[in-house]
Amino acid sequence: MPLAAHAASVPVVVDDAKCIAAKGCTVCVDVCPLDVLAIDLVRGSAFMKYDECWYCMPCEVDCPTGAVTVNIPYLLR
Amino acid sequence: MNAPVTETLEADVLVIGGGTGGPMAAIRAKEANPHLRVVLLEKANVKRSGAISMGMDGLNNAVIPGYATPEQYVKEITIANDGIVQQKPLLAYANGSYDMIRYLDKLDVKFEKDGAGDYAVRKVHHMGTYVLPMPQGHHVKKVLYRQLRRLRIGVVNRYMATRLLTTRDGRIGGAIGVNTRTSEFLVIRAKTVVLTCGAAGRLGLPASGYLFGTYENAANCGDGHAMAYHAGAALANLECYQINPLIKDYNGPSCAYVTGPFGGYTANNKGNRFIECDYWSGQMMLEFWRELESGNGPVFLNMTHLAPETIGEIETILHSNERPSRGRFHARRGTDYRQRMVEMHISEIGFCAGHSASGVWVDERAQTTVPGLYAAGDMASVPHNYMLGAFVNGAIAGEEAARFCAEVDLPEADGAAVAAEQDRVLAPTRRGDGLTPFEVEYKTRRLVNDYLAPPKITAKMRIAQERFAEIRDDLGALVARDPHELMRALEVQSILDCADMAAAASLFRTESRWGFYHYRIDYPETDNDDWFCHTLLSRDADGRMRHRKHAVDPYVVPVDATEMTAYQKLRIVPAEAAE
Repeated sequence: MPLAAHAASVPVVVDDAKCIAAKGCTVCVDVCPLDVLAIDLVRGSAFMKYDECWYCMPCEVDCPTGAVTVNIPYLLR
Repeated sequence: MNAPVTETLEADVLVIGGGTGGPMAAIRAKEANPHLRVVLLEKANVKRSGAISMGMDGLNNAVIPGYATPEQYVKEITIANDGIVQQKPLLAYANGSYDMIRYLDKLDVKFEKDGAGDYAVRKVHHMGTYVLPMPQGHHVKKVLYRQLRRLRIGVVNRYMATRLLTTRDGRIGGAIGVNTRTSEFLVIRAKTVVLTCGAAGRLGLPASGYLFGTYENAANCGDGHAMAYHAGAALANLECYQINPLIKDYNGPSCAYVTGPFGGYTANNKGNRFIECDYWSGQMMLEFWRELESGNGPVFLNMTHLAPETIGEIETILHSNERPSRGRFHARRGTDYRQRMVEMHISEIGFCAGHSASGVWVDERAQTTVPGLYAAGDMASVPHNYMLGAFVNGAIAGEEAARFCAEVDLPEADGAAVAAEQDRVLAPTRRGDGLTPFEVEYKTRRLVNDYLAPPKITAKMRIAQERFAEIRDDLGALVARDPHELMRALEVQSILDCADMAAAASLFRTESRWGFYHYRIDYPETDNDDWFCHTLLSRDADGRMRHRKHAVDPYVVPVDATEMTAYQKLRIVPAEAAE
């Protein structure tokens, strides 16, 4: 069967102004238990690539610059 | 098609799962013999993986001299599980409990102590006193990680184990893993394997409909249960589901073990207590479900009567530990513990010995039925073992594996088995279109809710088996467009295996037991004549599920017949009815 592209709002928000992924930081990507974050090489910042969040917060707590915010996913908010 | 990129590793002790019990197994194996090659394989990153990713707010089963004895604890858990326990592993846990607390204390895990420096143990269980708060328990994973580094244990992150390797004579031989970011393979030849993959927590679908809004860490999807099954190990009492009382929609603990000792309690919509004890058990969940279904639902956690300072203390613990985002969830809805009760609900079903009793069958030495294969934590069959049980039983598994290594040679990897497994794993990457892991997982788990969640009905469970068989055929159409999707495609196969096991095990036991966990409408009574036994599920030579009864070993801690019913009497009789 052919595949459709689904859009979904994602709970983890990264502040590009604070994110230092361009300097090589990958802390939030490293600590995520579900491996749902990635680095956007063009923008030079982290982002949530897959809507598969356990809202557990290591990405936010371990971020050295306070760039990451974990919101509660909309479906259970 | 190019041959898959494959690395090989050799280990004396291979630990699969780097959450709670896994790191402890690796640490204790290395401490037992520093010359051993100990490898810890983790699907995520050991720094923040597993159920205690963000720490833990307390020990729920601390057996501390002066508060409880190992024998008292064994008795309490025997009664809470309607008598179907192996007391020897329970006693092994209870005997190791205090030493492990002191070991963790030495590693700098912080426990609550009173002014005299003694552990400040609280009562939550129906009978004994076993709860030790950890208001600063958010740092547990950091402490474990430091010790792994200190001992120079080989940590391999972002590899998902997919199948265990066994030798021709049925002994463990290692495992095959696939990198979750590159799809590269790792074949690990190992003398012993310790499975510590956590609960099967992505089995039922949460009421919110959000696939990853599970009670358990959503990475814990039953990989360990499935791997053990395919390696021929027996799994015990899988019909004894895990179902927990949780904050509605948020689907995390509220948590009664934290709030209970401060005076919080479970209440109905009139604000009245209806159960005597908030300790999680099948009997407690049955009363909880009955209240939800009655005109007195929904069910709440009430703290509105507590002093503001007390609530402040509770909030500090709950909003910095284990599931810290619950504060954020409450804030958005304007739920303040001082003014409003917290709406509660029952979780989706899963397999988790941490809170319930089912899992890979192990004895008091953490040995499974496959020689050289050990299991511990939420996925092994020691009931109600919680975080401390994962540590204690993980330690036992690590030490036993270290000992077993001295007796055996490193097995050769079975090349044909490796090639076949690589074909199975990579199949979804070789299709351009088909079914996504997301939709196959959603459908499987939605059917689990529709047909397997209690109250269990024979006709519904048979329909579930038909639907699962159709989905099994659909697995041949799974498509994965990148390594991440491939991980999900593999996970959904573990989820389907667990769903099939849940249905089969539930149909086999033709009685009701463990309160709500195995409440069968067609067989509403507990039948001690025919079913006072464990049930073991395993794979036969033809790849079919096989069931057998296994007698409950004679108790090492005797339990009085009058005491045995203590957990059957949890419902509070209203004052007017009692008069």
